Amino acid sequence: MKTIKILTTALVGMLFIYSCGGNEQKSKDTAENKAETVEEKKVPETIKMGKGVGEFTEVEVSDPLNEEWVERGQAIYDMKCSACHKLTDQRVVGPGFEGVTNRRKPEWIMNMITNVDVMLEEDPTAQKLLEECMTRMPNQNIKPDDARKILEFFRKNDMEKAGKKDGAIKS
Amino acid sequence: MKTHYLNYVAGLSLIFLMASCGNQGSETSQVLGGSAAEQAYVAPGEYDEFYAFMSGGYSGQITAYGLPSGRLLKEIPVFSKYPENGYGYSEETKAMFNTSYGEVPWDDSHHIELSQTDGEFDGRWLFVNGNNTPRIARVDLTTFETVEILEIPDVAGLHCAPFITENSEYLVSGTRFSVPIPQKDVPIDTYKKNFKGLINYVSVDPEHGHMELAFQIEMPGFNYDLARNGKGKSHGWSFLTTYNSEQEHSLLEVNASQKDKDLMAVINWKKAEQYMKEGKFTERETSYFHNLMNEETSIAESEEKTLTKILDPKECPDMVYFIPVPKSPHGCDVDPTGEYIVGNGKLSADMSVYSFDKIMKAIEEKNFDGEFDGIPIISYEAALDGIVKKPGLGPLHTEFDGRGNAYTTFFISSEVVKWDVASKEILDRQSTFYSPGHLVIPGGETKKPDGKYLVAMNKITKDRYLPTGPELAHSAQLFDISGDKMKLILDFPTKGEPHYAQAIAADKIQPNSVKFYDIENNKHPYATLGESKTRVERDGDEVHVYMTAIRSHLAPDNIEGFKVGDKVYFHLTNLEQDWDVPHGFAIQGATNAELLVMPGQTRTLLWEPKRPGVFAFYCTDFCSALHQEMSGYARVSPKGSNVPLKWGLNEKLRENEQAAHDFYEKAKQNANIGK
Repeated sequence: MKTIKILTTALVGMLFIYSCGGNEQKSKDTAENKAETVEEKKVPETIKMGKGVGEFTEVEVSDPLNEEWVERGQAIYDMKCSACHKLTDQRVVGPGFEGVTNRRKPEWIMNMITNVDVMLEEDPTAQKLLEECMTRMPNQNIKPDDARKILEFFRKNDMEKAGKKDGAIKS
Repeated sequence: MKTHYLNYVAGLSLIFLMASCGNQGSETSQVLGGSAAEQAYVAPGEYDEFYAFMSGGYSGQITAYGLPSGRLLKEIPVFSKYPENGYGYSEETKAMFNTSYGEVPWDDSHHIELSQTDGEFDGRWLFVNGNNTPRIARVDLTTFETVEILEIPDVAGLHCAPFITENSEYLVSGTRFSVPIPQKDVPIDTYKKNFKGLINYVSVDPEHGHMELAFQIEMPGFNYDLARNGKGKSHGWSFLTTYNSEQEHSLLEVNASQKDKDLMAVINWKKAEQYMKEGKFTERETSYFHNLMNEETSIAESEEKTLTKILDPKECPDMVYFIPVPKSPHGCDVDPTGEYIVGNGKLSADMSVYSFDKIMKAIEEKNFDGEFDGIPIISYEAALDGIVKKPGLGPLHTEFDGRGNAYTTFFISSEVVKWDVASKEILDRQSTFYSPGHLVIPGGETKKPDGKYLVAMNKITKDRYLPTGPELAHSAQLFDISGDKMKLILDFPTKGEPHYAQAIAADKIQPNSVKFYDIENNKHPYATLGESKTRVERDGDEVHVYMTAIRSHLAPDNIEGFKVGDKVYFHLTNLEQDWDVPHGFAIQGATNAELLVMPGQTRTLLWEPKRPGVFAFYCTDFCSALHQEMSGYARVSPKGSNVPLKWGLNEKLRENEQAAHDFYEKAKQNANIGK
């Protein structure tokens, strides 16, 4: 049964790649086209705003960094994320985390961490990443509170690696 | 084979009958009708209404089925090692098989008992007996894993077990075979002089379920067969059937069936508790093992125990009685009210039903017919409520529907018979195919049965399914018992030989089912909590590989520096935190088994490389589209070679011994904090 489920997942993934048309429409176009199609179908405002979909709609960040949060965030990263994501820009299984807060809004990052299955169903940016990486990000059951701490750790990592953080907030 | 040829012929004739007159609206024709199929049909994606847990008999395991579909949900390994997931082979689970005889990799599991609160199933634990090397196991129903096994000393063939009391205070467990106590080298024909039977009371800790042998009652050398405990008004009493009151030791088939009546033991266990408090027990040195899974580390730990406490009925008046039961009784069952106790003489054509109130009155009035070995025998007539006349041949086991009806299996006449407990009137009978042993109704031995279905577990299968050579799967048959007449709605094959089963409403188990282990609570001393902590350490000939698994790679996946003669421990931690993502681990040349590691869990496989070369290892549980890529290599060099220990994943191989050591020390500290 598991095999079938996984094959189905893989098939669905392929359909996305080849059809890119969501549920009703089949076209042989690229992922950008698909994003447009989804937008036509009344996608949630938060997705249009680049915040993804999930329980986080407004996340505030501030300076200086909360070092306690950074420490906790790093501990969770080590345990649950590091197997697939490096802290550099190197992609292994998933994308490298360097500069992630400059590319993605805090809400998007935290929704991706806590609501990955829905994000992969609905968010075009997440779907595009799946097409590139070809491995569905697993749900690592990270609690909402801990997602914020991982974000704090990412902000610190971006300062260290990219010299700049939170670049996606104003865009 | 216990079957009777005539019986088989009768069964076959019935089938021909069904085939030839299937459209005449008889009850048997309903078997073939669409309505029966609908009743047992659970649509794809839908859930069953009940879990049924069946013992595996000679498989030593337990199987969980859904009812009414009869779908097999899981085989739970209990008393037999299970290379399929490494149970009994992994370093964490080896200790489950320790006994006073050393490692015993198998047993014969018979009777399922679900934990109870106030006489109802509470869905917390499941207990089952091992017959051959007398033991009782506990399965945690949140994980469906065996978490505890307690050996019972100085008994033989622990058949009469582990029957539970209405608040899970005790598991009452009697010996099937009487033996010299303490064991000693004596002629077998000194049976009457030297052989005794122990009835064991195993207490269950209400919070954690941990078992402890509270006390043993030393009884005459009979064969203790089956038991039930009182409920409601009869709570505090146990009833155990015995056979071989003749105290014979050879050709029991004939010699233990001489007397017209054998004896049922009636035990006042509250009185026994009082005697224990008063210190009226004797202690004896012996040896038995208690194996328990540590909840934090998930590692089984063994402890040898050396003392038991024994109560002697001769020294403890008003604690034990006997009641005569006709003809080698087997089943012994108590109805939901606690008033009626059914004793089934398996060679008798009638069934005796006793009244708890009458038993109490007879005891009070000392209405006894003599005694056996100092134990008073209650007058049969005084205790009897009534007789079910000629219900069938070879009555075995009885369960109840909560509407005042009892259902009894008949081995020899191959049928289930429904009868009215109060009036003893026979209401219905349905053939089974063939020769049922136990039967189960969800909650059918509790205060509140859920009298919708009945499953008969048949001993003989013969022609029910496509043939599979000489050995056939045992057959179970599901009856709808919601109406006046029982209706056969499904046949399904089972694993091993289910003896007894218990069934419970799914909603008592489903909401508590664990989906994965929280990796943040993983206190295993060899856990690798994050890929950055993966490493390989050598200590003499012992090598420890701290490995992680996540979709879809193992880390490290290239390891060099193993040598022939090493003992290599692969400690695999599954970093996943999602439901239904186990990873497997298999390595060529392993002479034990594989591992299946649940999300958040750590499991260890010992590998002893025997020849130089490069050996592949891989994940055995299809986990993602890139599962086939989840693999690695282990390089083995000759003994005495100086190839350094190195490891890595997609990188130049590392040998950071200091970092590894520091982490190990920290992990040990963390594990100790947890204790």
